[in-house]
Amino acid sequence: MASAIEVRGLTKRYAAVTAVAGIDFSVAPGTVFAFLGPNGAGKTTTTEILEGLRRATSGEVRVLGLDPWADGTALHRRIGVIPQDFRFFEKITPKEAVEYYAALFGTHPDPPDLLRRVELPDKAGARFDTLSGGQKQKLGLALSLVNDPEICFLDEPTTGLDPHARRAIWEVIRGLKREGRTVFLTTHYLEEAELLADRVAIIHHGRIIASGTPTEIIQAHGRPERLRVRAAPALADYLRQHLREPVTATDGFVDVELADSHDALRVLSAVQASGIPWDDFSTLRDHLEDVFVRLVGPMDDGALREGGSA
Amino acid sequence: MRPARIGADFRVVVRSYVRNPVALFFSLIFPIILIGLFGLIFSSIGSGSTPLYVLNEDGNSPLSVQFLAELNSTSVVSVNVVSSATVSPGNFAAWLGQNDYVAGLIVPDGFAANYTAHRPVNVTVYTNPEDSASEGAVLGAVTGVENAFNLRAACSTNATCAPVLGFTSLRVGSQVYSYIDYLIPGLIGFSILTSPMFSLVDITSSYRKEGIFRQLSLTPLTRGEWLTSRVLWYIALTFVAAAIMIATGVEVFGAHVTLTLGLVPFLIVGPFFFVSLGMLAGSVARTPESAALIGNIITFPMMFLSGTFFQVSQFPPYLQSFAHLLPLYYVIDGMNQVMLFANYTRALTDLVLVLAGSIVIFLLAIRLFKWRDE
Repeated sequence: MASAIEVRGLTKRYAAVTAVAGIDFSVAPGTVFAFLGPNGAGKTTTTEILEGLRRATSGEVRVLGLDPWADGTALHRRIGVIPQDFRFFEKITPKEAVEYYAALFGTHPDPPDLLRRVELPDKAGARFDTLSGGQKQKLGLALSLVNDPEICFLDEPTTGLDPHARRAIWEVIRGLKREGRTVFLTTHYLEEAELLADRVAIIHHGRIIASGTPTEIIQAHGRPERLRVRAAPALADYLRQHLREPVTATDGFVDVELADSHDALRVLSAVQASGIPWDDFSTLRDHLEDVFVRLVGPMDDGALREGGSA
Repeated sequence: MRPARIGADFRVVVRSYVRNPVALFFSLIFPIILIGLFGLIFSSIGSGSTPLYVLNEDGNSPLSVQFLAELNSTSVVSVNVVSSATVSPGNFAAWLGQNDYVAGLIVPDGFAANYTAHRPVNVTVYTNPEDSASEGAVLGAVTGVENAFNLRAACSTNATCAPVLGFTSLRVGSQVYSYIDYLIPGLIGFSILTSPMFSLVDITSSYRKEGIFRQLSLTPLTRGEWLTSRVLWYIALTFVAAAIMIATGVEVFGAHVTLTLGLVPFLIVGPFFFVSLGMLAGSVARTPESAALIGNIITFPMMFLSGTFFQVSQFPPYLQSFAHLLPLYYVIDGMNQVMLFANYTRALTDLVLVLAGSIVIFLLAIRLFKWRDE
């Protein structure tokens, strides 16, 4: 089956600045694709080009087989978009907003049902300017579903939301995938990408520097699994003499890299044999977040960690 | 253009509006306050010197020019000489009436020759007896200056001092209108201008900044449909505001206005023009702040110089020329023509001008207004 999204050699230049410098990727239908990158990496520009809101400087872009800029009107009937920081007419209620969108698209969704899907049924009659940030975002999500879209573009849908609201949005995203829709997700939260995405691409300075499944990316760019014990640096010296594995000592911890998880037992025996006091052992495995930090450095605005905001 | 989409957008506009007390106040209550305020202030105050429009048939002879100069120096009247190309003596009275002028004077052909030869000669004075203050002032001024001329002419040559100059007094060709009569079309025009201009300039720039247009660009709604639903709403609002203002003016201040179907086209084309202009101004501005500035630069001169609170015909000539450049002038003048003077020919000219302008501005606004960036 053809790709839902196909991008070849996409470039976007603004005067002297190159925001996107020739990227390629494709998204298979019915999958969740997470597009990651620090602020200013070219994430939003790429997303807006895919949505037909911005014109590419060069390269080929096909979304559902259509050129988003030239065929925007046709494309918009088949995609749903929820922008970052969704805003709407202040005095309009969620129920009225859904009815409005339905009339514009000529579709007939059941407003209470749609609002229930995004966990907003009790606010159906509240004016937009009285909704919380999370409730506004949920309304944006509901509106993006009014036209029963084949692809949903979600631009940082959980930024600034409390943990409960974030999990609610995750459930909706999983539901979209179950219904066979393609989801194009940009996010600041690496945990979110790891949990939800089938495939991930990391963009940095306008170029894709890593792509694949979360596991593939961790394997390709992450460090090996490590065994960690709390002990004096003397233990590190002892282990370096008695083991082949690389050993490091930092902040009162001694880490031993494991080529294979099964080596853990042998390493632990060596620790015990040293006679040096130790406790608190654990194994460490890189997450997408660790890989991301290694590849692009910490995010400028600290949004990498839970609870940050854009 | 899909009526269903315009209808859906129209419902959103109406709800946004009626749920916003500030917007409702400025559209419906504020004009009534203005009517009350200006009605109370100006209905009791007389004007200073009365403008006297003069048709000099004596070919600007030195003597007639001197006569007019002395009239002007009384400070009771201010003489404005009208070119004979503008109006003939035969329809001078009607012309005065159409232009809301309360006083006119014709200096006849042979004025200087007769005066020099001591043959009696009459100037013709047009006044409006219903405007008694200006009538008294004008007749008094003319009598005074003629007496001086008679004394100089007659007494220098004969002992009887028989008067040479006299005047014939006639009425201008219309009934006189009080300030409140002009204030009603003026304030309907004020409302037609300010409600859409302030609102559209603001929302066009702020919706863009907030990304609401970006959001709407992802739906099938077109820019033309978006603008059309706003035009329709402001037309509806204008009808309501006009009804309230006419009722207040007539009931509270005893205004005399004719309610005619001829008013309807102006209540439609006027909002059409200013909704489009507001969107255009909001589109060319880069920020809401600069949009407000552009909006004010366009709106403020029109608020005062288009015949809203003050009749354009009482402005100095250079200001009148400026007023004729303002679109709102033609909206208000057209409403004056249908509500007060029953001059439908002139109203039609006004209407055609405004309609043509509206179409140009509407198309320009849609063209320059961008849902999305390059």
